[in-house]
Amino acid sequence: MFGRGRKIAPYLFISPFFIGYAIFFLYPVVQSLQLSFYRQVGLNKAPRFIGFDNYVRLVSKDALFIKALANTTYYALGSILIIVPLALLLALILHSPKLRLREFFRFLYFTPNITAGVVVGIIFGLVFEEQYGLINNLLLAPLGLENVRWLREARWIMPAVILLGAWKWTGINAIYFMVGLQNIPPELKEAARVDGATRWQVFWHVTLPLLRPILAFVLTVAIIGSYNLFAEPAILVGMEGGPNNAGMTMTMYLYARGFRELKMGYASAIGYSLAVIILVLSVIQLVLIRAFRED
Amino acid sequence: MRLAISRHPDATERKSLYLKLLEATLLYAILFVFALLVGIPFLYMFTGSFKTNGQLFSWPVNLLAPEPTLNNYERLLSGEEIPYLRQMGNSVVIAVSQSALTLLFASMVGWGFAKYEFRGKTFLTIFLLFTFAIPFQVTLVPLFQMIVRLGLLDSFLGVILPSSVSAFGAFFMRQAMVSIPQELLDAGRIDGASEWGLFWRIGIPLSRGALSILCVLVFLAAWNDYLWPLIVLRTPEKFTYPVGLATLKGLYKIEYGMILGGAFIATLPIVLIFVAGRNQILDNLTIGAVKQ
Repeated sequence: MFGRGRKIAPYLFISPFFIGYAIFFLYPVVQSLQLSFYRQVGLNKAPRFIGFDNYVRLVSKDALFIKALANTTYYALGSILIIVPLALLLALILHSPKLRLREFFRFLYFTPNITAGVVVGIIFGLVFEEQYGLINNLLLAPLGLENVRWLREARWIMPAVILLGAWKWTGINAIYFMVGLQNIPPELKEAARVDGATRWQVFWHVTLPLLRPILAFVLTVAIIGSYNLFAEPAILVGMEGGPNNAGMTMTMYLYARGFRELKMGYASAIGYSLAVIILVLSVIQLVLIRAFRED
Repeated sequence: MRLAISRHPDATERKSLYLKLLEATLLYAILFVFALLVGIPFLYMFTGSFKTNGQLFSWPVNLLAPEPTLNNYERLLSGEEIPYLRQMGNSVVIAVSQSALTLLFASMVGWGFAKYEFRGKTFLTIFLLFTFAIPFQVTLVPLFQMIVRLGLLDSFLGVILPSSVSAFGAFFMRQAMVSIPQELLDAGRIDGASEWGLFWRIGIPLSRGALSILCVLVFLAAWNDYLWPLIVLRTPEKFTYPVGLATLKGLYKIEYGMILGGAFIATLPIVLIFVAGRNQILDNLTIGAVKQ
């Protein structure tokens, strides 16, 4: 069927993908924007045009939306602050020459990332269990600290989810940083050492600036990952986010409104708000990283 | 460590040797502590699957299972609470079909972009790059309505189809195929090969490395996905294993040992695929292009 020659062949090669892309991605993207200006509850009800009402409601009247936004932002900031320095430290150690068991560590650190979110949520239900959980009994009790009511008290839920996130994501980010370190020509560091720079100075003035592209990548993935967070908190504290909805993330909120209450228009507006937030954060982050380069 | 040195090191040399030893100890300690933090939850999942609820929720917390019982696995596999084996089978069918479809679409579009010049190519590339940035949450509601209208609710096809067009896969395959030498294709054309034949006999074999990496990534994403199968699938006999395990956690009386057993069985193949496939993937990355 491709014998016709080189003129039409490329179109035949790309058309299956683009037809699928149009049906299952582009059309829903456009349809969702339209739907976000309508009120439609239930599948078979007729949609009613209401202009910007959904968006106005989200921002001004919907406390739960604001809460989900705050929770997700809390998670994003908290997990990035733990993951990035820790992953960088591990990558620097794993990158050092003559290290034994490098492959073992690299593989072990990577495994949480290939484990299903539902499975991680299940395991961490036991890690954070109040009376018989691993953290309270094996980490806090030996230090003489009181049991923390991780999943039962609103203020402890997000810290628990952040620790879960750190467990799942630190390893793969360490591997990203390792790739970045491997791409730094060793001559640069040697030159700096010859010029009398201390190891700390070499790290701060040579290694770190050269890791900037990897850092930008890591932060972008982390931001998107935060707003995608769904399975882990849903399994850990339930679809409503546990006490006081403290564990409800943006995607969980979209699911609740769209697929439990079937508020199609409203959920579409949530989806678009989410897209705008991710876009704005990614741009801010790229601008910040670039600003540091100008120094 | 070569500590036994025949000559006598002077004081500063000895001091730096101690420092080095201290530093090495510290660095290994950090690595091992983090390894424990990562590994213990996995260990606890494994041992916990051999415990009764009473043993799981008792003091002192034991990371091992001193009195292992197979009861959890027996009840899980007999389908007492959920049709677990069936749900695992569903996950296999969905993940395999989704990988196959994604790979086919991605390698075809990648080939088209990598090896042909055609009108609209630049526009389509930029267009794809821009739309790539749109998060999938935006599409969920209309996709769901579409699936319902097409009568695909509670069907595997409803889970598989929307996820089988991956813009990432398209870019990934284009990058992998662009380095295939044009002379090979010209030689093939002189020998009378069709355009499809060139793709199938040259393009695909020469990008095996990239294909296997993409395959692992897509399979993993499909195997672990929770949100979309949760939206589409409605009956326990159709559930994938994450949706099934989640219902087990929602039961009035939570059988934790059973859930851990299910979680362990589902995680095992993924880890094994990675242990077994890691070297092959790495090798293919380097030799794939050199061969033939």
